[in-house]
Amino acid sequence: MLVDFFLHLKSRQLPVSTKELLALLEALEARLVTGSLDDFYLLSRTLLIKDEALYDRFDRAFGEYFKGIEALPGFDAMVPEEWLELAARKHLSEADRARLQKLGYEKVLEQLNERLAEQKERHAGGSKWIGTAGTSPFGHGGYNPEGVRIGGESVGNRTAIKVWDQREFRNLDDTVDLGVRNIKVALRRLRRFARKGAATELDLDGTIAGTARNGGWLDLQLRPERHNAIKVLLFLDVGGSMDDHIQACEELFSAARAEFKHLEHFYFHNCVYESVWKDNRRRHGEKLPTWDVIHTYGPDYKLIFVGDASMSPYEVGRPGGSVEHWNEEAGDIWLQRLVDAWPRAAWLNPLAENYWNYTPSIGMIRAVIGNDRMFPLTLDGLERAMRSLSK
Amino acid sequence: MKFEGTDSYVATRDLTLAVNAAVALQRPLLIKGEPGTGKTLLAEEVARALNMPLFQWHVKSTTKAQQGLYEYDAVSRLRDSQLGDPRVEDISHYIMHGVLWQAFECEQPSVVLIDEIDKADIEFPNDLLRELDRMEFHCYELHRTIKAKHRPLIIITSNNEKELPDAFLRRCFFHYIKFPDKETMQRIVEVHFPILKHELLKEALEVFFDLREVPGLKKKPSTSELIDWLKLLLAEDIPPEVLRAKDAKDAIPPLHGALLKNEQDVHLFERLAFMSRRKS
Repeated sequence: MLVDFFLHLKSRQLPVSTKELLALLEALEARLVTGSLDDFYLLSRTLLIKDEALYDRFDRAFGEYFKGIEALPGFDAMVPEEWLELAARKHLSEADRARLQKLGYEKVLEQLNERLAEQKERHAGGSKWIGTAGTSPFGHGGYNPEGVRIGGESVGNRTAIKVWDQREFRNLDDTVDLGVRNIKVALRRLRRFARKGAATELDLDGTIAGTARNGGWLDLQLRPERHNAIKVLLFLDVGGSMDDHIQACEELFSAARAEFKHLEHFYFHNCVYESVWKDNRRRHGEKLPTWDVIHTYGPDYKLIFVGDASMSPYEVGRPGGSVEHWNEEAGDIWLQRLVDAWPRAAWLNPLAENYWNYTPSIGMIRAVIGNDRMFPLTLDGLERAMRSLSK
Repeated sequence: MKFEGTDSYVATRDLTLAVNAAVALQRPLLIKGEPGTGKTLLAEEVARALNMPLFQWHVKSTTKAQQGLYEYDAVSRLRDSQLGDPRVEDISHYIMHGVLWQAFECEQPSVVLIDEIDKADIEFPNDLLRELDRMEFHCYELHRTIKAKHRPLIIITSNNEKELPDAFLRRCFFHYIKFPDKETMQRIVEVHFPILKHELLKEALEVFFDLREVPGLKKKPSTSELIDWLKLLLAEDIPPEVLRAKDAKDAIPPLHGALLKNEQDVHLFERLAFMSRRKS
């Protein structure tokens, strides 16, 4: 029972385990919910999904699976009967009720099932098959896949649109772009990254307790120091279509600035060449030679690029390819120098990951920095980038 | 024994279902949600509604899992031994019972709140796996296994500051309290202020939800802040008309300090108000 459902969730890359499936079956056996698909949805979400970032994916998977299925397997014979009766009493006219009486609920159910079997597609309006609200025998339950509502509290479904179809947890999905809503979460993940990797310090309380336990012999205890030790160099691509994303990203990192031991940012346009700049308004006046940057910051810095990496291949691969000036050496040589100077590097790309293969310059840049070093600028991508940086 | 919310706590259908599932199947329930949506309060209300004693364990960044079980006070024992106190012979005098021990030994089913589990070290949840699963642990000093007389209902809250390990999550049920919609919010407010003037409530809720829509706020006001603000409005006896005066020169809601908790947000809001005034 429910194995198909379980496997369907698995195939949608939801991390569900057998243990959780058993818990769900246990809950059904304990009759925690009876028959209502809405309740079953809530219950299965509580028991199977352990992260609100996965709620949206679960909603979609649930909708896919239960598209066209009207009630829980095994429950359909048991539940709608009384509900139909209830609904009928509330909403049907005398004549309709008489007709229904004649037909009998058993018969109604049978027909309903037949019709459901015939019905392949979900109808948004729900007017074709089911749902003229009270005249067809199949509108009463308010319980069919279209979610046709009969009104009032007939079956406990408050809304016509199914809960899982509302997709209200879309914002919490961590594969969408960084925005105002999830920037906080992103910040938290950055902070976690910033706090990692420090030396140890003497744990005084631990030492006293350990010494006492030892009967007076000194027992030194050490614990990880809680200082922030991460140093970051941020290279931002400005002056193009990416400006919005760059701003979001810059804000993000400056908000986390307190958490980093050092955070330096530099700007470039499209690709890095012999000079970068620190102030966008005076970019043509105050250029910093890239060599100076390479010589200034030690190899313990981590290098993060932000940019779409989308340009003409000449801008990466040829001397003189830059759109702004004559560059003596090609962009990929400069990129390689940066990556050599700071081996722990990541590139955050605001473009969606599935477009990367269509832009040759992205491939060229990935060839230089490493194929697994480019990440999409989403919460999930940010997290992967941070994880790869702290390795 | 079913939890349906209480006279002072409005629980939505999904929340009650999650709580009842945790009660019926005796699994821990992990609660997440925006700050101020009543995560911690839930445990108190469940305990009250089901008439069970509540044991609270507030987790800090230095909390160790062992502290919830028991602590061996070696320092006192060392001191007593040097002073020749006869109590030193019996080690059980120096075993301090933690929250879980108390709950396990409780004569009736109880509720245990593990508050803000994400504040602790990353190993903290891992150290509690067996305890939460089997509801038992071993006390090495006493050579004794403490087993729960009744499996307590364990409610765990998290603010998402750290990710919790998979093995831990597998053992819990999970519920995310989403921010209440207008309808639910109205019920929540009515529970707290039964005598609130209907008009004032309507205006206040409108201002509140408008405020939440302002883009770029660092900290959006939450339910608990709304309740505080209403308290202030009542205490100051602000008439509803003041709230309605949207185009007036004081577009900032009165007593906004209860809703906006940082300077930048207030500043941002003032600027937006100024801009909208100029437009009109």
